[in-house]
Amino acid sequence: MTWNFDILPDFVFNGLSLGAIYGTVALSLVLIFKATTLINFATGELAMIGAFMVYVLHMEQGLWLWLSILIAMIISAGLGALIERTLTRPFDPADHLPVVLITLGLFLIFNALAGDIWNYQVRILSNPFGKFPSWVPGLGGDRFVMVLGSRLKYQSIGIWLTLALALFLLGLILNRTKMGLAFRAVSSNVESARLVGVHTGRTLGFGWAIASAFGTLGAVLVAPQLGGVNPNMMATILIYALAGAALGGLDSLGGAVMGGVLIGLIQAVLVMWLGVVVMGQAYMSILQLAAAFVLILIVLLFRPSGLFGSRRVERV
Amino acid sequence: MSDDVIDEVGLIAKNLHASYGAVEVLRGLDFEVAQGKVSVILGANGAGKTTTLRAICNMCNSSGDVTLGGQDISRLGTAEIVRKGVAHVPQGRGTFPELSVNDNLLVGAYVRKDKEINDDIDRWFEIFPRLAERREQLAGSLSGGEQQMLAVARALMSRPKLLLLDEPSLGLAPLIIEDLFTRFTNLNKETGLTMLVVEQNANLALDMADFGYVIESGEITLSGPADQLKSDPAVQEAYLGA
Repeated sequence: MTWNFDILPDFVFNGLSLGAIYGTVALSLVLIFKATTLINFATGELAMIGAFMVYVLHMEQGLWLWLSILIAMIISAGLGALIERTLTRPFDPADHLPVVLITLGLFLIFNALAGDIWNYQVRILSNPFGKFPSWVPGLGGDRFVMVLGSRLKYQSIGIWLTLALALFLLGLILNRTKMGLAFRAVSSNVESARLVGVHTGRTLGFGWAIASAFGTLGAVLVAPQLGGVNPNMMATILIYALAGAALGGLDSLGGAVMGGVLIGLIQAVLVMWLGVVVMGQAYMSILQLAAAFVLILIVLLFRPSGLFGSRRVERV
Repeated sequence: MSDDVIDEVGLIAKNLHASYGAVEVLRGLDFEVAQGKVSVILGANGAGKTTTLRAICNMCNSSGDVTLGGQDISRLGTAEIVRKGVAHVPQGRGTFPELSVNDNLLVGAYVRKDKEINDDIDRWFEIFPRLAERREQLAGSLSGGEQQMLAVARALMSRPKLLLLDEPSLGLAPLIIEDLFTRFTNLNKETGLTMLVVEQNANLALDMADFGYVIESGEITLSGPADQLKSDPAVQEAYLGA
């Protein structure tokens, strides 16, 4: 057994960029959970549909990549709000089962629909962060920069900057706008929110919209790491994002991001580095997914509120 | 001028019914709160006090006529009823525990579009200096008394015509209750705010109120001016521990 620390930074960088994506998708889950206390299982498939929109707009129609991403995020937001309005609002918010079943149904429908339209092969989607742009001194055109003797990919840096910007904008929306205030009020106490005149339905629709836009952003960022877009691209990502959300605390937005990043790190360092470098290739892929499930189990058993979530007192 | 005349009429509820599933909780209540006055509804646990307030705000399955200032509000949604000028402080405070004290007051003014919201927040911080000290703290970290003050201030941030208070004394220490009720009385005297209070603490509530009702099992069994109710033998026995 050799403890090869030289390439550890490589895995850390990878873990942090994968983790940022898990964090983005976890944020999408938590935005809806916070307001409704239900898990939207269609989060990943909605994001996948969003990534395919970018594929159609950019690869097929030739639109500028970032404009395509923006349009796809806006359409995803509309789709999220539409789902809230038509498929979840008619149900009693206290009864979670129907809505959870609906999101599971949407998961299957979106997956099958995408498979029908685009079939199940991987389609290449341009990497928004393939090479350093030419204006970066000394690095223009390179795919990575050497840090701590390892390759830090431009893709990783781009993902971090994008997520940071998206979080900053989310913070502005939630803390500086009236709609954001209403959303925080509904998340904190639905009944009192109604009593100050907040239209709770519209506000939840807004939450679904933002969550869906975030999911699409996550899917677009992860596509290059998967070789492109395909209808099943989000299946495992959603499990890691769920693990991240559970670890961070299902009702904490900051916790979701932290949890996602931690899962990425755990996956990269503990599992890949230990698995590949120390123990040998064979264990790698099995361990990754298993680690996520084990972690969800441990969190739910010993700290159900997660690292940053608030402890809930259930009244019976 | 015509507005003033209409405003003389406060809240009038006629034949108010409410049910949870198959259980009928309110069986046709008639009551009113005159403009600028305080009415109190007394009753034991489970008599339907909370449901009465929830029915006014259309937060439960209810029927009957409710008018505010002569306007029918019984068919409006909760958010619209709030816009008509009803503020409701629900039982158990009804603050937003994960929002700061400041944001609780800000969201209280959600239905307002004027530019005096921040002035109003400052005014409430003058009235309740303890809240001002905790301006940036989360409401969930406040004590019970502070949360009740915050809940009342939050409700009044909407500049309501009618304030509904659901057992404001619940779970508070006697001294804090007295302070709170003194403030309610002053609020009514100084601003002419119309109030409907439901309470188990009959003594304090009747001291503050102009008119009172007693409900039992969803029906009004007794009503009259507050001082008369106070000396009524049945009320004394059941609610004043005489």
